[in-house]
Amino acid sequence: MTTLINALFEAVRLVITLDPAVVEIALRSLQVSLGALLISALIGVPAGAWLALIRLPGKRLATALIYTGMGLPPVVVGLIVYLLLSRSGPLGGLGWLFTIPAMVLAQVIIALPLITGVTMSAVLAVDPALRPQLRALGATPAQATRALLVEARSGVIVGLVAGFGSIISEVGAVMLVGGNIAGRTRVMTTAIVLETRQGRFELALALGMVLLALAFASNLLVVLLQGRQPNLP
Amino acid sequence: MSGPLYSLTAVEMSYGARTVLRIPDLAIRRGEVFALVGPSGCGKSTLLRLLALLETPTAGRVQLTLNGAPVTARSASLEDRRAIAMVFQTPVLLSRSVYSNVAYGLRLRGEQDSAARIEAALRQVSLLPLAGAHARTLSGGEAQRAALARALVLEPSVLLLDEPTANLDPANGRLIEDAIRAHHDRRGATVLIATHNLFQARRLADRVLLLLDGQPVEVGPTEQFFNAPQDPRTATFLSGDLIY
Repeated sequence: MTTLINALFEAVRLVITLDPAVVEIALRSLQVSLGALLISALIGVPAGAWLALIRLPGKRLATALIYTGMGLPPVVVGLIVYLLLSRSGPLGGLGWLFTIPAMVLAQVIIALPLITGVTMSAVLAVDPALRPQLRALGATPAQATRALLVEARSGVIVGLVAGFGSIISEVGAVMLVGGNIAGRTRVMTTAIVLETRQGRFELALALGMVLLALAFASNLLVVLLQGRQPNLP
Repeated sequence: MSGPLYSLTAVEMSYGARTVLRIPDLAIRRGEVFALVGPSGCGKSTLLRLLALLETPTAGRVQLTLNGAPVTARSASLEDRRAIAMVFQTPVLLSRSVYSNVAYGLRLRGEQDSAARIEAALRQVSLLPLAGAHARTLSGGEAQRAALARALVLEPSVLLLDEPTANLDPANGRLIEDAIRAHHDRRGATVLIATHNLFQARRLADRVLLLLDGQPVEVGPTEQFFNAPQDPRTATFLSGDLIY
């Protein structure tokens, strides 16, 4: 019990004093996960809207695949990316293994189905009568899609936050493809595993606090954005 | 420009195995107010969507001739489409202010400095005091008026209205009719209105078409349609004895 209390106090001190090790690892985590989120959003949001709006044979199969992808185990993603990027793999020539780009790639694969699937659901939830009305007002397909995404913004934001939450907190994929190299690929989750194994609970707890604070901040953002709705009669 | 605005030839519209509209031949003149009447489910809304070039008929041809060559839903340019505005029976507004909803179509066209036009359109449907209100806070009648303002502000050459006064009280209904008439008189616009309200058709239209079971029964000048119908089914419908 004393160990836990002492570790907690020390962890709080590390966070408050902006300990260089904590800051460095936290910033790298943000660099990897925000980079992956940006790429996933740029692909996943338009793809989700497109899937919601098109009528094509095979759409149900694509939807089922995306929903399956929403539950991909990160460690399996890590394994596949590892095999792709390893020296003998098809993408081995890139030399990305144990680098930040490899970690971003793995996290994009985790977040992309989630953002695509949630965006698709959010756009499908918009009143279907709106689309012909937008076209009847002279909207091009791209303008109508943009308006529908704005209407579905709450759901899209939830998808982005869920995507961010899933990758900032995952450990399996970044551990496998990043290698947890100090000063290069060590992020909060992999550092927590390492520090815990080595009995340095204070740094592990400090990083855990930062992770929790990030999760809280992103969820607070969702609540605040959802709160910006009119008072209905 | 001579010739009809719309020309329909052997038009059929089917959803699955069900054919909901079958019009062998119909011409709609430019600048006229044309009313579509008939019982619920007779194909009025389907016909309006075809005329708005939002859908392509299963068979036959719906041609629109604005200023140049005739176009269809497949060949119409964005400019052609933007000459048409349609107000749907159940208006769906964007989740933003009433003002922003009315401004939406103008913004699509890249038109800036349109505040005066937006305010005029809102004033025309008596919604100026609610310009800043969120669209979700409007009553059904207010939403219907906002949807009409959203179309009128575009000053379309062709205005298509699907039951524009359904669920409105007589005062609001009259307000909307006045706005439609004013738009027609000012712009020389062609107005097509689908309505259950025979009195409204009589007040507004130059010509009236009766649809039954997706097929035209009679089309003619308003006075003749109401006072001397040529088809016994029209007379039955007008007398209110037609049971569906």
